[in-house]
Amino acid sequence: MNKEKRKTFGVSEKLLSLICFLLIIMFWCVGSYGGMVKDIFLPSPSAVIEKIVSMARDGSLWANCWESTYRVLIGWIWSVIIALPMGMLMANSRKVSAFVQPIIEFARYLPVVALVPLTLLYLGIGESQKYTIIFLGTFFQLVLMVCDTVSGVDSNMINAARTLGASRMQVYREVIFPAALPGLMDDFRLTIGWAWTYLVVAEMVAADNGLGYMILRSQRYLATDTIFAGLILIGLIGLVTDWIFRILSRLVAPWQERLTDK
Amino acid sequence: MEQKLKLQVRHLNKIFEDTKGGEVVALRDVSLEVRESEFVMIVGPSGCGKTTLINVIGGLETASSGEVLLEGRPVEGPGADRGMVFQGYSLFPWLTVQKNVEFGLKMKKVSAAQRAKKAKEYIDLVGLTGFENALPRQLSGGMKQRVAIARTLANEPEVLLMDEPFGALDAQTRVVMQELLAKISRTTGTTILFITHDIDEAVLLGQRIYVMSRRPGTVREVVEVEIPGERDHNSLVLPEFLATKKRIMDMLWQESNDAAMDR
Ligand SMILES: Nc1ncnc2c1ncn2[C@@H]1O[C@H](COP(=O)(O)OP(=O)(O)O)[C@@H](O)[C@H]1O
Ligand SMILES: [Mg+2]
Repeated sequence: MNKEKRKTFGVSEKLLSLICFLLIIMFWCVGSYGGMVKDIFLPSPSAVIEKIVSMARDGSLWANCWESTYRVLIGWIWSVIIALPMGMLMANSRKVSAFVQPIIEFARYLPVVALVPLTLLYLGIGESQKYTIIFLGTFFQLVLMVCDTVSGVDSNMINAARTLGASRMQVYREVIFPAALPGLMDDFRLTIGWAWTYLVVAEMVAADNGLGYMILRSQRYLATDTIFAGLILIGLIGLVTDWIFRILSRLVAPWQERLTDK
Repeated sequence: MEQKLKLQVRHLNKIFEDTKGGEVVALRDVSLEVRESEFVMIVGPSGCGKTTLINVIGGLETASSGEVLLEGRPVEGPGADRGMVFQGYSLFPWLTVQKNVEFGLKMKKVSAAQRAKKAKEYIDLVGLTGFENALPRQLSGGMKQRVAIARTLANEPEVLLMDEPFGALDAQTRVVMQELLAKISRTTGTTILFITHDIDEAVLLGQRIYVMSRRPGTVREVVEVEIPGERDHNSLVLPEFLATKKRIMDMLWQESNDAAMDR
């Protein structure tokens, strides 16, 4: 009975999201086909779709999407590789935490945009500069999130493992990591979203390909349709990423009870 | 009948620092002994330091002074020789019943085949055959606690430490679990130190009962329990049971009365 209720609620939730999208598209159509906004400010939906199709034909769509996705992945993966063990250590050792927490708290308030000049100075305009921007944008947040998620692991479970003879290393591997995994997947999902923001920052400053670059260059030629195409593509890639992470979460932690189940 | 000493707690003191820097004496000069295959209970009002005591014995907390000896050797830190069962089950929710029970053996790097065999044995002992592949969340509270007991026993600890393991169960399930534990104690000869605030539970299961008093946590008295026959729900109405229960109730009442007069 309870389940039944939740189910119908779930359907209407999806319907609401759909309605929201439809409303926005409707306003867009009215604004542009109705001639209320100039084409140069608001290209028509058909113009944007045509643009996307033509970019898909000449291959620049895939190239730009792939360049951007690749940059996001590299920068973000580095951030995960370092943040994961560091956050776990911070959560389980007061000393490590006391040592690094203040500097991380400090660094996390530095706007990444303000670090761009330094990265250009140190690294030039190559790929490593883009990875670094994405890394800097996500790493400090992610460490704190990992630390928080890992601290949230039920200490009784850790105690149980220790009295069952698990060594410290085994406690990490066999208990803390699997117990924290669903929460970590959420942390990863959120940070990869932010990584996209920083990617666009990086590509707008110094790049000769990628979606951010495409958007910036279009502004120079007043190619608003391309700007819109770029924005829509970034949004779509974001949605797909989110969706992949949700599926992954279910795959790696099928034991988890989810409120949204069924 | 004189069995060898398994566990000795000698002059244990534990002082916590509270948030304002003040001192909380959780244990004061606690000494106790558990002999091989004995079922020993510690009973006392909540807040008297029972959990602190069992955590020190289990190695999860360090004593401020005093020592804990297992077979004559001082213990340091947690170890598989002192198995613990907690009130909150603390099962690993991502592992099946079978894998939960195998956990300790896996930590010891026992081969997979042997692990499976041993786990089956203990799953059978606690009456969970057929639930090997269930996940903890699919089980009732009583069944979860059965898994936790099997998981600890599969490790074959020298002593089984239990901290109010049935405290979260309903009254009927609790009696069933108590009978199960009495049977396990009889058939396996496991040495058990069991903590509770429930006098019925203490008298039903214990061969010897340490009665603790509140603030500062210390052992007030030791009661030997003489109840004929196997311990099960029938024991609950025997005159010997009731007499022992009355004795302990009087002690604890006295204690509460003293505490109330203190104020
Ligand atoms: N980590 C701690 N820090 C400060 N005081 C504590 C801590 N753990 C327990 N205590 C105090 O020690 C006393 C005994 O607690 P506990 O051992 O949990 O009692 P019981 O298990 O008998 O209910 C209580 O007064 C409690 O507030
Ligand atoms: Mg307690």
